[in-house]
Amino acid sequence: MASGLHDSTVTNPVLRWIDQRMPVITMMQKEYGSFPTPRNFNYFWNFGALAMINLLIMIATGIFLAMNYTPHTSLAFDSVERIMRDVNYGWLIRYVHMNGASMFFIVVLVHVWRGMYYGSYKTPRELLWILGVVIFLLMMATAFMGYVLPWGQMSFWGATVITNLFSAIPLVGNSIVTLLWGGFSVDNPTLNRFFSLHYLLPFVIAGVVFLHVAALHITGSNNPLGIEPKGPQDTLPFHPYYTIKDSVGVIVYLMVFAVLVFFMPNYLGHPDNYIPANPLSTPAHIVPEWYFLPFYAILRAVPDKLMGVLAMFGSIAILFVLPWLDSSPVRSMRFRPIAKWLFLLWTVNFFVLMWAGGKPAEGHYILIARLATAYYFAYFLVLLPLLSKIERPLPLPESIARPVLRGGGPLPGAATAQPMEKA
Amino acid sequence: MADTLAPSSSPPVEGGAHAPADGTKRDFLKLVAGSFAAVGVGAIVWPFIASMNPAKDVLALASTDVDLTHVAEGQAVTVMWRGKPVFVRHRTAKEIEEAQAVPLSDLRDPQTDQSRVLREPWLIVVGVCTHLGCVPLGQKSTDPRGDYGGWFCPCHGSHYDTAGRIRRGPAPLNLAVPEYEFRSDTQVRIG
Amino acid sequence: MALRFVKAAALAAAVGLSASLPMGAAKAAEGPVELPHVNFSFNGPFGTFDRAQVQRGFQVYKDVCAACHGMHLLAYRNLRDIGLSEEEVTAIAASVQIQDGPNDNGEMFERPGRASDRFRRPFANDAAARAANNGALPPDLSVITKARVGGAQYIHALLVGYTQPPEGVTVMEGMHYNEYFPGHQIAMAPPLVQDGQLTFGDGTNATVDQMARDVSAFLTWAAEPELETRRAMGVRILIFLAILGGLTYAVKRKIWADVH
Repeated sequence: MASGLHDSTVTNPVLRWIDQRMPVITMMQKEYGSFPTPRNFNYFWNFGALAMINLLIMIATGIFLAMNYTPHTSLAFDSVERIMRDVNYGWLIRYVHMNGASMFFIVVLVHVWRGMYYGSYKTPRELLWILGVVIFLLMMATAFMGYVLPWGQMSFWGATVITNLFSAIPLVGNSIVTLLWGGFSVDNPTLNRFFSLHYLLPFVIAGVVFLHVAALHITGSNNPLGIEPKGPQDTLPFHPYYTIKDSVGVIVYLMVFAVLVFFMPNYLGHPDNYIPANPLSTPAHIVPEWYFLPFYAILRAVPDKLMGVLAMFGSIAILFVLPWLDSSPVRSMRFRPIAKWLFLLWTVNFFVLMWAGGKPAEGHYILIARLATAYYFAYFLVLLPLLSKIERPLPLPESIARPVLRGGGPLPGAATAQPMEKA
Repeated sequence: MADTLAPSSSPPVEGGAHAPADGTKRDFLKLVAGSFAAVGVGAIVWPFIASMNPAKDVLALASTDVDLTHVAEGQAVTVMWRGKPVFVRHRTAKEIEEAQAVPLSDLRDPQTDQSRVLREPWLIVVGVCTHLGCVPLGQKSTDPRGDYGGWFCPCHGSHYDTAGRIRRGPAPLNLAVPEYEFRSDTQVRIG
Repeated sequence: MALRFVKAAALAAAVGLSASLPMGAAKAAEGPVELPHVNFSFNGPFGTFDRAQVQRGFQVYKDVCAACHGMHLLAYRNLRDIGLSEEEVTAIAASVQIQDGPNDNGEMFERPGRASDRFRRPFANDAAARAANNGALPPDLSVITKARVGGAQYIHALLVGYTQPPEGVTVMEGMHYNEYFPGHQIAMAPPLVQDGQLTFGDGTNATVDQMARDVSAFLTWAAEPELETRRAMGVRILIFLAILGGLTYAVKRKIWADVH
């Protein structure tokens, strides 16, 4: 072994030569092969891997769409339809990209929900969580700008409304909006810069995902019990146990994805976006894509322009400080009898906001949106801090392996023992 | 999955460390599942590659009509067809004679003049040098036409004769003859 | 200041436009109307197009709609997909004059259409279209079924939905009452007015309802020409994924067998 070379255990001579000089194979083996992973993951732990695959799908389809897309106000709409009609498999690539955005949000929302339910944001994983929130914000920005590119009515008016949010900023608001637009309305310069940024941001997301995973591999994964593994009996090597379990999840995910793409490709879209953008006529009901609806509802629930915008951004920004709002030492909601129900109510409340965001901003819809907005924030700002002090958690298991053995004893014949998780 | 784990057994580190009978069955399953997955990945790659081939509207590109009325003897016009220049040359009797007189044994890419022309005196060739795709000179009367009176490619010095055949230089083939038809004495449709 | 002025001007223009186009303005006031259900061959997840119907629909479009509505995303060559022969497509294309140019004199000129041409636009531009239609813009129909809630069902309903206005409703000058149009007042005069307005080559009785159905089917094909390929591919991919999923799950159970 020449000095200065990495001490590689790879046997293939070519790979070994590379690994000695740049130990990527050793690294992959360590991080994705033997990486000790809690043995009790349930299927909610698939969604991180699914999100990563979804990002790759979006980047791949996006690159090929960009080969045929024209970012110009007078050509964008037709160029998208040309992709649908004339480019070989263009309809497939475009529908995968379009519905892939929805799939991405479904997957990431479940991933975030899992983190909240099982307390994955708590120490020592605060930075891991914060990086995740950064990814979520970048995703929203990317999705918003991507939706503008086909230059339909919803593209145009969505862009107009969302960029106008910044006009709520005192003093410099209007100048910022003009800067964002590159003109005095959403127009060709806006479309061009959105295309440029829409192409760029996914790679930024990929970079933050790398940091997210790097941070994960320092602390290790949380698990449904929310207690740290106490030794090798509590963990399994990532491969093959979780590579195969993730594979099962990937297939199920692809099947849902395929149903959307092949049988209901426009179900989650809005018909108005098949009308070319018309700066002189706003559609009667303008609604954002479904994944923005909860935040849109919060925006409209607040009667003041600036406060509404602040509430909307605040509803996501509050996630950054969630690790410090919830100071209960118990991670998993399984052992938090009160917080569990309040969080499940918060989940229902999130869907109420989503529903209210799709309704016209009038009458009792406003009232419902306001109540839901109040609960959204109260959960974070009042209930969680309060519960951290007054809630009596249930007794935690001694270790991850322990519940698997409970009731059965050490004898192999104990077929009645139930694993904690369907794994 | 109802089996319980004996407390003493630590989790296996490698996938292969199991009872052999079980292992064989698993390996076969793995092989089948792996092959299926590989087929799937292969099938996913294809649409992406195919999307880079010419789209349907590109393949359906219109043919180009050329009006020959105003092309005098000795003159040439260049028209655009499928994004490429097409040379239409009204050859003089001398040029035709020269082209026909060349013995095939002198040619790198042997083709008779007659086989390259539908109707005299019109020579119609794609104006793209068969070496590396430059557009040869020789359409304008002021252009250099090379040592054989046809076209001369300035990029790497290929000389073409009055039938558009390669005579000297690096190009391997004669200038290509596109598909075309005479719709009347003065109307040609290329493509 | 400049920005404010531009905004005000845009607003004024928008207000003026919506006043001239009550179809847009009235949309908000109306709830959804129940559409009469048509059992199209392409309904449901596995439906396909009825070629004969789509061809009849094209005839309706060509003889009736095309006078005002363009379909600029379609080319005549696309008609091969609905079962027309190459000769038929060439003849259809050649029957219209397409603007081309400029020629050697720098002038635009008209020539007979070719299969590779996009459908001829009835008006040179939107302003010309408005001028010829009492201020209303006949929308391009290329993707109209994707651009309207209800799709083909809505198009059919609209075409058969012209009725006398109910008591107490005054229809504005130049407008027509339509049961299914949002706001009920539509600038388009009833395009399909009587049975036998045109004669179908395949002998189908050209009732107003039949013509409306056929043209709706044609417009659905025009908006989603990939529909049949897409669904067929989807079935194959789902079957593939189901098998792969079963295999993967079996492998997963084997691997995990000794953990539980």
